[in-house]
Amino acid sequence: MIATTQVNAGTEHLCYHCGQACDDELNVAEEKNFCCFGCKTVYEILNDNNLCDYYSFETSPGVSLRYVSDKAYAFLNEPSIRKKILEFDSSGYSKVKFLVPSIHCISCIWLLENLQKLNKAILKSEVNFSKKTVSVDFDPQVMELSALAQLMTSLGYAPQISLAGGVEQPNTSKSLITKLAIAGFCFGNIMLLSFPEYLGLDVADDTLRKVFSFLNLSLAVPVILYSGQEYFLAAWKSFRQRQINIDVPIALGLLALFARSANDIVSNTGPGYLDSLSGLVFFLLIGRWFQSKTYESLSFERDYKSFFPLSAQKKVGDEWKATLVYELQKGDEIRVRNMEVVPADCLLLTKDAFIDYSFVTGESKPVKVEPGDLIYAGGRLVGSPIILVVEKETSQSHLTSLWNNVAFAKAGESVHKKTIDNVARKFTWIVLGLALITAMYWYVVDPSRMWLILTAVLMVACPCALALAAPFTYGSMLRVFGKYGFYLKNADVIERLSSITAFVFDKTGTITRGSEEVKFMGSLKSGEFAAIKVMTAASSHPLSILISKSIVGNDKDSAEDFKEIPGKGIEGIVKGMKIRIGSPGYLSVLGVSSDQGTKVFVEINGEIKGYFQIGASLRKELPSLLQRLNGSFVSLLSGDHEGDKKRMAELFPANAPLFFNQSPHQKLTYISDLQKQKMKVMMIGDGLNDSGALKQSDVGIAVADDTSIFTPACDAILTGENLKRLDTFILLAKKATTILRVAFGISFFYNFVALSFAMSGHLTPLVAAILMPISSISVVGFSTLAVNVVSSRKLSVLSDPKN
Amino acid sequence: MLIIILLISISLSIALIFLGAFIWNVKSGQYDDTYGPSVRMLYEDKQKKIDSESNLIDPQVPS
Repeated sequence: MIATTQVNAGTEHLCYHCGQACDDELNVAEEKNFCCFGCKTVYEILNDNNLCDYYSFETSPGVSLRYVSDKAYAFLNEPSIRKKILEFDSSGYSKVKFLVPSIHCISCIWLLENLQKLNKAILKSEVNFSKKTVSVDFDPQVMELSALAQLMTSLGYAPQISLAGGVEQPNTSKSLITKLAIAGFCFGNIMLLSFPEYLGLDVADDTLRKVFSFLNLSLAVPVILYSGQEYFLAAWKSFRQRQINIDVPIALGLLALFARSANDIVSNTGPGYLDSLSGLVFFLLIGRWFQSKTYESLSFERDYKSFFPLSAQKKVGDEWKATLVYELQKGDEIRVRNMEVVPADCLLLTKDAFIDYSFVTGESKPVKVEPGDLIYAGGRLVGSPIILVVEKETSQSHLTSLWNNVAFAKAGESVHKKTIDNVARKFTWIVLGLALITAMYWYVVDPSRMWLILTAVLMVACPCALALAAPFTYGSMLRVFGKYGFYLKNADVIERLSSITAFVFDKTGTITRGSEEVKFMGSLKSGEFAAIKVMTAASSHPLSILISKSIVGNDKDSAEDFKEIPGKGIEGIVKGMKIRIGSPGYLSVLGVSSDQGTKVFVEINGEIKGYFQIGASLRKELPSLLQRLNGSFVSLLSGDHEGDKKRMAELFPANAPLFFNQSPHQKLTYISDLQKQKMKVMMIGDGLNDSGALKQSDVGIAVADDTSIFTPACDAILTGENLKRLDTFILLAKKATTILRVAFGISFFYNFVALSFAMSGHLTPLVAAILMPISSISVVGFSTLAVNVVSSRKLSVLSDPKN
Repeated sequence: MLIIILLISISLSIALIFLGAFIWNVKSGQYDDTYGPSVRMLYEDKQKKIDSESNLIDPQVPS
């Protein structure tokens, strides 16, 4: 029997709780499969409390607990921290609001709002789905704050706690909606009051005409002063910077419209163009609102601080007490448990430990540390708990000092000239030129009409449709991308995306998955596999843990005469079989090449049975993506050692430069060197070590398998499974730019028609009232429709789940 | 003539009241979460749940 089938068993079991494939282990409870012990526990908790309706709203709604470490929340009980976090506190009633990034479906809302069934001390809980927050009212005398956080974590909804003050930011969308509402209200009423004029009023109705006109004027005042104020402010700002952007002609047009209308009404020469004015502002604000769609729950600006734990366990007297990381001082003794991040540069006190620096340096294999060695902040412990002595405070640690380095501070947002502003600049000059020519012409022909026609030209030149084209094209694209797990920071990124010529990949976490892949080469019986699982489960060496996890099954045997020889291997007797597992040197196997990852050999009763091959697993769809990108410049930047070079060379195009052992600084300089060669660089990475490069590049994309965990500062977050669509996304970004140009063309056409009316002196209020809305609506309709048609055609090919 | 002006001022002030109500809603946070309430109303009452619980739980994983 070829034993590789044992790992990743042929038939797929999907976890009843979280829906993931049960690759590593299989837990069974009440005929349901669970991918890990955590998922099973959640099911049992819910089952015991009659909360299994959780599973009836959606299939497998749960959050996998596979990657969740048991976080310690004891620090939440410290009075100073408590005070910061609680919204309201009294002796019998407290209120707290947690940010829970893993909220994602109806079942989540249902369960989190039924927390009171799990613990009587919880009085009420309420979910805000779009902000992903949960407000909980509870009785602090019965339940401590830490217990509440612990309860939520045990269900897979770990609250994300930040002490950086309230999470609430001034809500710009609220004021935008208010402005939109007022503009819409005034627009509607002004239209209604303008109708009689357009349909024709008798001379006898002169008082009525006056009343309507002045009502219109008073309705237009809030539109221009409140709803439209941002355009004037922006125009003024760009005017002072001696740049012309799209806001300048808009502000000019609005001003001309209002001044001309006020003049007409006061001097009783006409009804003015107030309906056009308010309609214009209304449409512009709709465009702004449409584009302002952001992913509130995702953070694009995180720095190293959010990667560090908030608290550490410090030794005070004979006890371990939770302390804030920022209060740690040199000489403090701290305890770090499995999968926890080391919060400061420390010396190791206890026996050997393995530290995983993959997120910090890109090095994928855990580093072995011996007693007395220095451990840098940011490393993650793999294995049994260790005790450390703090050497440097968190703020001065190795990793933090890197961040305070000049190179990182310098790498600001690259200045990108937006197409819309380029177009707007030319547009403004042309309009001003035309206005001048028309004014001169009419000055000669009929000076009394000069002012009227000049204002008419400025009015219709107002590039409303032009200003709407970009928000609707990019806004629709943003939504399409979001649907496919590609979250952009804002709409500007689309434009930069379309000009990309070079792709730079990070290795660990991007090309390879964060997790390791274990394969057995050789032949073993299933009983022997179980015995190996027993053996490896007894050891805390990272490789043992990986092997033990890769074998499916549950055996309650234990190993006799178990011995672990540090740095070499393990041996023991299980069910009468004498088993030795370890390095080739330990088992005296000769002629083993080390170029293909790590090998762990197995010997049973004195006979070598084969070996486990352990290496980072590649993302499945990556080879085909790299092939499709072949026309562009592709490169690899890895912080890892050269062990994988051969495999990477096969994967990448022959001429692609591959770099290993790169420090964060080297990555950053490499990107800026490429940029000096006039390349537009996209950096795709995932770790803290990439953040400098992500920031420097034209588009920095962070790859994440779970968007609720830490991602470094970037322009876009791409979910791991959608990495294969990267080239399609870029293609769509290019299409979006083309669509935008066509939309510009349409809007110019309307402007041309309107200008010809204005310059010949035929622009009546009625013509303006018809022309302006039509141009706006046709541009909006075209760009939204075009984006959706193009993207559904391109993405539907790929949306096949098997692809 | 007067009646038209009267009617218009009445209609305008009623519309203004609704505008005010809308702005008040926005400010008080009614539009902060537009998804949650739409599904919350579909959850059944707690009491019914426990009675008919045994019928509701489907032990098979729908695949």
